[in-house]
Amino acid sequence: MIALIVIAAIALILGLWLAGAYNGLIRLRNQVENAWAQIDVQLKRRCDLIPNLVETVKGYAKHESGTLEKVIQARNIAMSAKTVGERAEAENVLTGTLKTLFAVSEAYPDLKANANFMRLQEELTSTENKVAFSRQFYNDSVMNFNTKIEVFPSNLIANSFGFTRREFFEVKDEAIREAPKVSF
Amino acid sequence: MWDQIRANQRRSAVLITVMLLVLVLLGATTGGALAGQEGIVFGVGTALIVFGVQLAIYFGAAESVLLAGANAREIRRDDSPPLFNVVEEMQLAAGLAFFPRIYLIDDPAPNAFAIGHKPENSAVAVTTGLLHRLNRDELQGVIAHEIAHLKNRDVQFMTLAAVMLGSIVILSQFVLRSMAFGGRSRSRSSSRGSSGGGQLQLILLIVSLVFAILGPLLAQLLYFACSRKREYLADACAAQFTRYPEGLAGALEKIAQARVAPTFANKATAPMFIINPLAATGQSVSLFSTHPPTADRIRILRGMAGASFAAYEESCRRALGRGVIAPGTLAGDTPATIRQADQAGPIESRREIADLTYRSHGYLPVTCTCGAHINVPPGFDRDKIHCLRCSSLISLPAVHMPPAATPTAMQYKRTGTSWEAFRCQCGRTVQLSPAFNAAQIRCTGCGQSIQVI
Repeated sequence: MIALIVIAAIALILGLWLAGAYNGLIRLRNQVENAWAQIDVQLKRRCDLIPNLVETVKGYAKHESGTLEKVIQARNIAMSAKTVGERAEAENVLTGTLKTLFAVSEAYPDLKANANFMRLQEELTSTENKVAFSRQFYNDSVMNFNTKIEVFPSNLIANSFGFTRREFFEVKDEAIREAPKVSF
Repeated sequence: MWDQIRANQRRSAVLITVMLLVLVLLGATTGGALAGQEGIVFGVGTALIVFGVQLAIYFGAAESVLLAGANAREIRRDDSPPLFNVVEEMQLAAGLAFFPRIYLIDDPAPNAFAIGHKPENSAVAVTTGLLHRLNRDELQGVIAHEIAHLKNRDVQFMTLAAVMLGSIVILSQFVLRSMAFGGRSRSRSSSRGSSGGGQLQLILLIVSLVFAILGPLLAQLLYFACSRKREYLADACAAQFTRYPEGLAGALEKIAQARVAPTFANKATAPMFIINPLAATGQSVSLFSTHPPTADRIRILRGMAGASFAAYEESCRRALGRGVIAPGTLAGDTPATIRQADQAGPIESRREIADLTYRSHGYLPVTCTCGAHINVPPGFDRDKIHCLRCSSLISLPAVHMPPAATPTAMQYKRTGTSWEAFRCQCGRTVQLSPAFNAAQIRCTGCGQSIQVI
C-alpha cells in the first residue's frame, strides 16, 4: 500500500516536472519565433522604404545612379532570400549599400534640406536600429533556447519531442554592425 | 527574461503576503483588544474592507489621476516620429509585447516615468525638459529604463505595495486613535469579571499597539527596499537593452545636475520616476528613499565591462561591495558587448519640442512663406489666418477646422390656427398670424427662412 502511494507520488512529481519543462521549452520556442517575426517586420519595412528613398535621391543626385543601382539590387536579393543565413547575408549587404548612399548624399545640400528626404532618413536610420535591436532580442532568445535544449535534464524532453537548435542571425563584418552614421 | 519576470512575480507575491498578514494581524489584535472574540472577526473585516476600497480606487483610476495631475498630454506618432522611433526601438530590444502610450509633460525639469498595471493602459511620460537636454543615446537609456519597469511588471507591483502600505498606515492610525479614546470600553469589559478574557485582551492590546507602531515602519522599509532594488534591476535591463550603459549614465548625470524639481511630483508618485523627483540632488540615501543614490547608479553603469546582467552585477560588487541582482535573474543572462556611441544630438530641436508641446495642447503650428512661425490656438474657426509678421493670408489645412455644421433648415410645427410665436435660432421672436398659411417664413432678425409645418 505504502509502496503504491510512493510510486504514485513519484509518478505525479515526474509528470508535473515533465509538463513544466515541456511548457518552458514551448514558451522559449514561441519567443524565438515571435522575435524572428519582429525582425521580419522591420526588414520588410526597410524594403518598403527604399523605392521611395531612391525616387527622392534620383531627382537631386543624378550622378549617383551606380550607388542607387546597388541599393535596388541589394534590396531585391534581400527580398528573395529564403533561409535565416541567406537573409542575414543579404540584409548586411543592403545595410552597407544604404550607408554608402547616405554618405554620398552629404555632397548634395539641396537633397539634405529636402523634407521628404529628412523624413525618410530618420525612418531608415531608425529602422536600421530596430533591425539591430530586434536581432539582438532574437539572438538572446535563440541562445536561451539552444542552451535549454542542450543541458541536462531538459535535453531529454527536447530530444524526444523533436526540438531542434535555431540559427543565429549573425553579422559577420564588424564594420557593418554599426547602423549607418548620418550627420545632418 | 521570462525567468526574471516570474522571479519578480514570486517576490511580489511574498511581499504582498507579508504585508497582507501584517494588515490582518493588526485588524485582528485591535478588534480582539477592543471587543473580545467577535471583535477579531470585525477587525479583520475592517482591515480587508480598507484594503479593498483602496485597491479599487488605485486600480480603477490610478493612471488617469496621475497623468491628469501631471498635466500630461498624449501625443501621437505624427507629432514626434523620432520619439516614437526611440520607444519602438526599446520595445523591440525588450521584446515587450505591447506598445505603451506616450505622454508629454510641459515641464522644464527633466524626468520620465512609466505607469500602468495592465498592458493596455500602460504609458510612458517624458517632460519637455528631458527632450531638450538629452541626446538620442541618453534618451534611449531613459526610455529603456522605463520600458524595463513595464517589462518587469514593476508598476503593477509597486502600486499594489503602495496600496498595502496605505492601508496599514490608515489602520494603525485608527488603532492609535482608538487607544487614546478607548479607555472607557476596556474598563467596561474588565468590570464584567472574566479575568481570563481580560488577560487575553490585555495581551492582544499590547500586541496590537506594537503592530500599530511597528507595522507601518516595517511595511515602509520593505516597500522602499523593494523600490530601490527594482531601480537597480531596471538600470541593468536598460544597459542590456541598449548595449550602451553610458547612455543611461549620461542621462542620469544630466537629470541630477538639473536640480529643478518637477512641479507635479509628490510623495505618492515619487517611486515612478527615473530619479526621485523630490530629492533633486540625489545625494543622501536612507532606508526611506525610493531610489538608490544617483551617484552610485552612475558609478555602476560607468564601471560595466560589458552590457549583460553579469557585468552590471560585477560592477556593482566593485562599487558598492554587494550585489543587487537576484541569482535567478543572472542565470538567464546572455553575454553582451557594449556598442559604439551614436553621436546623434537631441532628437528634436527646441523649436520642434515647443511645437510638440503646442500640438499636444491642440494648437496647430503653421509656417508662413515669409518664415514666420505661428501656433494657431484650438477653437480658431476660420480657414485662413493673417501672418503676424507680413500680414499675408495663410490658408490653414482642412484638418484644423471643426466638422462644418450641416445647415439644417429650422422647422416650426404649428400647434393650431390662432396667433403663435416662437423663437428663431438668432434669438428673435417670430409671430405667426391666424391668416398665415405659407410653407415657410423669413425671420426678421437673421433673414433665415424657417419651415412651417
